[in-house]
Amino acid sequence: MKIAISTTGKNSDSVLDMRFGRCEYFQIYDTKAGKIIILENKGRLSSGGAGIAASNQLIDEKVDVIITGNLGPNAFELIAAEGIKAYKCKSIAINSVLEKYNNGELEEITISGPAHHGGHN
Amino acid sequence: MNIAVLSGKGGTGKTTVSTNLALALQANYIDCDVEEPNGFLFLKPSIEKTEQVMVEYPVMDDKKCVACRECIKVCQFHALAKVKDKVILFEKLCHGCGACKIICKYDAIIYNQREIGKIETGQTRNIHCSRGILNIGEPMAVPVIKKLLQNISEGNYIIDCPPGTSCNVVNTLRYVDGAILVTEPSEFGLHDLKIAVEVVKMFQIPFGIIINKDDGKDNIIRQYCKKENIQIIGAIPYSKEIAQVYSKGDILYDHFKIKPIFKKLANRSKEVLQWN
Amino acid sequence: MELVVLSGKGGTGKTTIATALSELAKEVVRVDCDVEASNFYMYYDGKDLEKEDFYGGKKADIKKDKCIQCGKCEEVCRFNAIDHFQINAFACEGCGACTLVCPQNAIILKDEKVANTFITKTDKGIIAKAEMEIGSDASGLLISFLRKKAEKFSKNELVTIIDGSPGIGCPVIASITGSNAVLVVTEPTKSGLEDLKRVITLCEHFQIFTMVCINKYDINGEVTKEIEDFVDQKELKLVGKIPYDDVVMKSINELKPITFYKDSIAKKAITEMWKTIQKFIFT
Repeated sequence: MKIAISTTGKNSDSVLDMRFGRCEYFQIYDTKAGKIIILENKGRLSSGGAGIAASNQLIDEKVDVIITGNLGPNAFELIAAEGIKAYKCKSIAINSVLEKYNNGELEEITISGPAHHGGHN
Repeated sequence: MNIAVLSGKGGTGKTTVSTNLALALQANYIDCDVEEPNGFLFLKPSIEKTEQVMVEYPVMDDKKCVACRECIKVCQFHALAKVKDKVILFEKLCHGCGACKIICKYDAIIYNQREIGKIETGQTRNIHCSRGILNIGEPMAVPVIKKLLQNISEGNYIIDCPPGTSCNVVNTLRYVDGAILVTEPSEFGLHDLKIAVEVVKMFQIPFGIIINKDDGKDNIIRQYCKKENIQIIGAIPYSKEIAQVYSKGDILYDHFKIKPIFKKLANRSKEVLQWN
Repeated sequence: MELVVLSGKGGTGKTTIATALSELAKEVVRVDCDVEASNFYMYYDGKDLEKEDFYGGKKADIKKDKCIQCGKCEEVCRFNAIDHFQINAFACEGCGACTLVCPQNAIILKDEKVANTFITKTDKGIIAKAEMEIGSDASGLLISFLRKKAEKFSKNELVTIIDGSPGIGCPVIASITGSNAVLVVTEPTKSGLEDLKRVITLCEHFQIFTMVCINKYDINGEVTKEIEDFVDQKELKLVGKIPYDDVVMKSINELKPITFYKDSIAKKAITEMWKTIQKFIFT
């Protein structure tokens, strides 16, 4: 299983980034292969459609689970349609995020947060 | 002759000046402040025609699409995404640029149209009025502004610009022959005026200043204009009476005490802007 | 705790009120998201701690030496941004369609600088602001960028006050996304009411806790009543009615927050309003 977490940094002591589309990195934990992949979030620097760009990236990585703070409606629509489960978590260290996930303590995101259209430039 | 009325910031009296000058000059009025088109609240024209403003957007033919993702990669606005081997569009983000259609090797993309706003046209007191309205939630105003200004016929027009110096303002200025900058005598007013002056200078069109809420003194706006050699068209004094007439939604030009102010502004505008 | 101060139209006194509230709140971080007329910071002298160029969006760039003037780019551009083999930067939307059809690969998309951003330290705390390049728009990205920069400094502070962008477009949406509460400043004029309605539609859409205050409420009793009815009907919180006050004009000209003027009637009303706001946002 692949678990993607939106994060502010590249390490295991980095904290979860509450924003999905504009987070700095995604840390992807591949539980089967026992590997960690660090992805720079391409959506971060786009004027618009950040959530969509970020989702596209994670869909390409074939992740099964996303853990983040808030999901915008566009990203939510995509992720839900792809069948990826999304969970909400506070801005805490990644280790603790995973622990909470494994203990089944995280709440599933079922409605999206506020939309965020980019500018037109 | 198309005259743009603009201001660095909102609330300086841009719409007040535009609507009353249009009446004083018997010029047609166009409201390009499509996010907040308030000029009609004062002019109250009878609406004769409403047109839709359409933009184009791509539609995928799922039978032809092989989900190669080339269109997703080429879209600069991240308006496309792939879900379960289908490409879907987020229309609010789409600029209708056509890049996806160009890149698609499978001829799987056609363009459809959707509405993002409206244009209303009408008449009041022998002047022609039009305004653009951007639908709520639509992020892109430029197509509405372009449609408003693209096909204007011969004659004189007062164009009420969007506030600020955004892309919308610059797109409006592409169609004008002269500009009136409305400001007020405060540090804020001056700060924003300086930026507005920079904008009109880029277009190399004649322009002049109208000071709203003027205190009649040798204030910072007058000092600035003198120093920079910028022509002042005139001033609208600061008075509670004017504020009250305005707040009722009444036309200042109809008020016997205020009418002469706009008559004078109209004549001076012609001079300063080299209006033939 | 992020409080966003908005007004549909300009000139309603949004910045005056945002400034007064941040004075009353004492410990605050201020974010000036009204980037097209960034007046919030003008009240304060300060030292720029950080200055950063902000790039957002792209523009096409034709390499003259490679261009064979075939005109394909001009044909394909839907924004009429190419004329005589030159890019009109104001019309170009950076879509890249021209780069796809150029047989010479003579066109590339270049990152475009749209603003200077500043973090300024004043004796009243940190202010984040931006100065836009002409013809550039405040984008969601820029607003997010400013808010994020400010966030770094907001650790110990209780409140972040965001002077929001005017209108209802993307920058406003980016100003309120993820914030805790919105205060809409309106005035009792016909256009003020129309604009209030537009902003409220937006706030409803985003399901953000929304408060309303009527500035200069006494210049038109009728419209003030209309606004009050509207606020009631929408079940919003009317947190303040601020009287017309000549001292406000004076404070703007002297570049001092209205809270500086002890006898100002507007100041008194804003102080009362702040107490009410605190009750709502801190409980």
